[in-house]
Amino acid sequence: MKPRTQWDIVCDVSDLVPDSGIAVWTSNGPVALFYLPERLPALFAIGHFDPCSGADVLARGITGDIKGEPVVASPIYKQHFSLLTGQCLEHEDVRVPVFRALVDGDQVRLEIPVAGRSEQAA
Amino acid sequence: MSKKTLIVIGNGMVGHHFLEQFADTPAAAHYQIIVFGEEPLLAYDRVHLSEYFGGSTHSDLALGTLDWYSEKAIDLHLDEEVTRIDRHQRQVTTLQGNYPYDELVLATGSYPFVPPIEGNDHPHCLVYRTLADLDAIKASADGVKNGVVVGGGLLGLEAANALKQLGLQAQVVEFAPRLMPVQLDTDGGAVLKRKITELGVQVHTEKATTDIVPGERARLRMNFSDDTHLETDLIVFSAGIRPQDTLARAAELEIGERGGIVVDSRCATSDPHIHAIGECALWEQRIYGLVAPGYTMARTLAACLNNDPDAAFTGADMSTKLKLLGVDVGSIGDAHGQTEGARNIRFNDEAAGHYSRMVISADGKKLLGAILVGDNGPYDTLLQYALNDIELPEHPETLILPESEGGTPALGPDALPDTAAICSCHNVSKGNICDVIEAGCSDLASVKAQTKASTGCGGCAALLKSVVENELEKRGVEVSKDLCEHFPYSRQELFHLVKVNGIRTFNTLIRSHGKGRGCEICKPTVASILATCWNEHILATDHVPLQDTNDTFMANMQKNGTYSIVPRIPGGEITPDKLIVLGQVAKEYNLYTKITGGQRVDLFGATLSELPEIWEKLIAAGFETGHAYGKSLRTVKSCVGNTWCRYGVQDSVAMAIFLEDRYKGLRAPHKIKMAVSGCTRECAEAQSKDIGVIATENGWNLYVCGNGGMRPRHGDLFAIDLSDQELISTIDRVLMFYVRTADRLHRTSVWMENLEGGLGYLKQVVLEDSLGMGQELEAHMESLVGTYQCEWKTAVEDPEKRKRFREFVNDERKDPVQQWTEERGQRRPVTEPA
Ligand code: SRM
Ligand SMILES: Cc1cc2nc3c(=O)[nH]c(=O)nc-3n(C[C@H](O)[C@H](O)[C@H](O)COP(=O)(O)OP(=O)(O)OC[C@H]3O[C@@H](n4cnc5c(N)ncnc54)[C@H](O)[C@@H]3O)c2cc1C
Ligand code: SF4
Ligand code: FES
Repeated sequence: MKPRTQWDIVCDVSDLVPDSGIAVWTSNGPVALFYLPERLPALFAIGHFDPCSGADVLARGITGDIKGEPVVASPIYKQHFSLLTGQCLEHEDVRVPVFRALVDGDQVRLEIPVAGRSEQAA
Repeated sequence: MSKKTLIVIGNGMVGHHFLEQFADTPAAAHYQIIVFGEEPLLAYDRVHLSEYFGGSTHSDLALGTLDWYSEKAIDLHLDEEVTRIDRHQRQVTTLQGNYPYDELVLATGSYPFVPPIEGNDHPHCLVYRTLADLDAIKASADGVKNGVVVGGGLLGLEAANALKQLGLQAQVVEFAPRLMPVQLDTDGGAVLKRKITELGVQVHTEKATTDIVPGERARLRMNFSDDTHLETDLIVFSAGIRPQDTLARAAELEIGERGGIVVDSRCATSDPHIHAIGECALWEQRIYGLVAPGYTMARTLAACLNNDPDAAFTGADMSTKLKLLGVDVGSIGDAHGQTEGARNIRFNDEAAGHYSRMVISADGKKLLGAILVGDNGPYDTLLQYALNDIELPEHPETLILPESEGGTPALGPDALPDTAAICSCHNVSKGNICDVIEAGCSDLASVKAQTKASTGCGGCAALLKSVVENELEKRGVEVSKDLCEHFPYSRQELFHLVKVNGIRTFNTLIRSHGKGRGCEICKPTVASILATCWNEHILATDHVPLQDTNDTFMANMQKNGTYSIVPRIPGGEITPDKLIVLGQVAKEYNLYTKITGGQRVDLFGATLSELPEIWEKLIAAGFETGHAYGKSLRTVKSCVGNTWCRYGVQDSVAMAIFLEDRYKGLRAPHKIKMAVSGCTRECAEAQSKDIGVIATENGWNLYVCGNGGMRPRHGDLFAIDLSDQELISTIDRVLMFYVRTADRLHRTSVWMENLEGGLGYLKQVVLEDSLGMGQELEAHMESLVGTYQCEWKTAVEDPEKRKRFREFVNDERKDPVQQWTEERGQRRPVTEPA
């Protein structure tokens, strides 16, 4: 059964930094939000926790594309994570969670699993 | 079957090379190898002996390791001199005992010749051959002012340089009418003499010393046959070498008339079980005082012991390319034009101090020899013509004329025959290089690893690179210089595009000259280029997404996602008040505090949101950002200098602070480090920095392109006795040229090694302004200096920029994954997160 989710307001549009990331706190823990204005859709959200270094840092990596796929490079050891799937391009068995995000007026909403029922929470 | 015994006497350069060549061959399995070395140290690189005074240690110079010897089961006896060879019993004797042999190799080298002058046994009369000799010279030079070298040959001039490095006023006394009589002619010797005199080393030619007596104003007085005299505190004899053949003489092996153990082309002496190689061996009446021929003998002998019927030593080329006291000197083949009918072409530029001479065959087609003084630029090309009998071009003089006079220096790698020797240290020909490329080597590094080319004296590096690239290109291997998948350009090309087209943002550049959206390689590279061209704030909206996290947050990210803070402490000088502020801030934020290797203080463990608060406090106390995060100037290390130190000759602290203030904030392809030492004792370790400055009596000596780190490299001496103003403008030019032309993440050391034409070319560009861009480089630097801002000051004062420094934009909490523990009274991250 698909876990129940809710669309939380996480920040203002003005908090976003073009072509870069910010971190938000959600009921499901830290999430990294990327705003790539030249793409459609322009908003991407993945877990902020970098499994390769064990630190909450992914929002602070450099964004870009590898063969057309939007990615962020971990600021610590530089592995790439797909912003579409959360897949780590260097390690097949490493993946970070992906969230849906949308702009709602002046605000940004994230689809977060309802606390307590989350399969992602670990 | 019991093993036979092979004994090697002498653990010098050639003896060691022989073992390297022999140890892995099939024949080696049949021998127990025993090596005796008279010196207490493992074989070391005598060719670079002088670097010992430049700071190299025995382990830097060592040619092998003790581990290697034990791995190969070679029984190494250092500090054990062989005193006798008994050919009938087949055994050698040392003070420790007798050792029987089946085969014996003499690699005893040579010893310095000390002319029989009365008084030459005074304790401050020294020689220049071993590390122990150098220690003795150092001890003798302590606290005195003057030194004389007897002998103006190659080694004598090296010794003079060494005395100079020790801070002595050095003079050279030569018996012959000119310097380097073996390698140079009268005009060449005169140019060299003038250049060396300009460098502050006085040269006396045609002087015969009659005796040495106690001096009045110095320790010693040398009397000359022309009734003049000279007072000095120490004398280094460097009047030639003599083969070390004492053991062989006593054992009644055949010895040459003027010394040397006679060998045949298979390196056998008159006793078939005794072999001799290196400087002790005399082949066809010749002693070879260079290392490459000795290495060739070593290889030959290793092959002979493996019963290779074709192995033979057939003589060696004695061409030499040197830098003596910073002056280029080259001598090739028949430099004196002794071949019948030989003709000469000479070019003598007295103003520039360049002398070149080509000796050409009677028919004008072949190059027989050459002499170069002042500029070794044409050396590689000339050597290839001479060694390979390549037919000279129609106007051979173009080979030695300066480019401005219509000279055409380089001989393309295609023109070289397969037999052309590329690396003489390791006997690698162009054909060998083609072979390993055929066998799969596809870049310079792997060719080097396979053939060892360019891993000896390094003199062939530029030639090797061009041959390898040419061969790879011919085989259709693309030598890609593209930055990444988004830009089909090298960093240098991008720099040019940005500058010439006035491009100010990454987006404009990638739209006009790239594809896609960029990545973590091209974004910071372009950010750095934009910074050097336009110097806008690193956190200006357009530049924010380009930066590595360290640059974005102007602090180095640590393993747990926190940051470190390194305020600038120019030259390492800090007031007690500022130290107290550092302590107070560290205490308030519970930061782990450590003195760095760069003479400043690092505060670790600040969270993102704490960074601006901490910097606000530091800035209020007068600190600035230290750019510990940037590819930019880090620190200018200094020693205490003449304000306190009894040996200092200039104010190194003031100069270091000046340099740090001038170049702080300069964005570059990689980080830049500098140091300033107040005298030749070099306490600031300037020769390991990108820019190293060492004070002299008359100003400053400048070293460039040194590196510590993963692959240490000694800086190259670039210019000497510069005034303050000359020093600054020279550094301006070097740095700006580096910033414009280096590849991404190339430190100046790597840049230099890849720079076509190397040090000589850089000197031309910077010191002689050969590209006519000196003024522009200086002006560019001046504009960057003028637009400097402390990035942290601008950031903390701008509420918009400060917004970036929030762990979570929607929550005040600190990062929950960070876990801390305490060690030695300070807080540090838990290594393995629970
Ligand atoms: C803090 C310090 C160690 C210390 O506690 O002493 C240090 C710390 C780091 N060094 Fe260093 N290096 C420090 C002095 C040195 C020195 C010594 C010196 O400068 O005299 C060297 C060798 C000299 C040299 O660079 O030529 C040195 C050679 C390196 C290298 C190798 C560079 C190379 O060319 O081989 C790296 C890696 C790199 O830059 O790619 C490196 C990289 C690093 C990084 C940035 C690694 C990283 O990415 O996290 C470390 C950052 C720590 C931090 O957060 O501040 N560090 N590092 C020293 C800071 C000096 C300062 O005040 O700025
Ligand atoms: C300052 C300097 C600069 C030089 N620059 C250059 C250069 O630029 N280019 C170049 O090609 N060459 C140069 N040379 C020459 C080069 O160093 C020699 O050609 C090379 O070292 C010869 O090697 P070898 O093994 O024959 O002799 P060595 O390296 O001298 O080794 C001989 C060893 O045998 C030991 N030994 C002698 N007798 C005994 C004994 N009875 N028992 C035990 N051990 C013994 C000695 O102690 C010594 O360690 C330079 C030499 C010096 C001193
Ligand atoms: S030596 Fe290595 S571990 Fe130590 S500070 Fe430098 S980079 Fe870090
Ligand atoms: S010639 Fe010396 S390393 Fe190649």
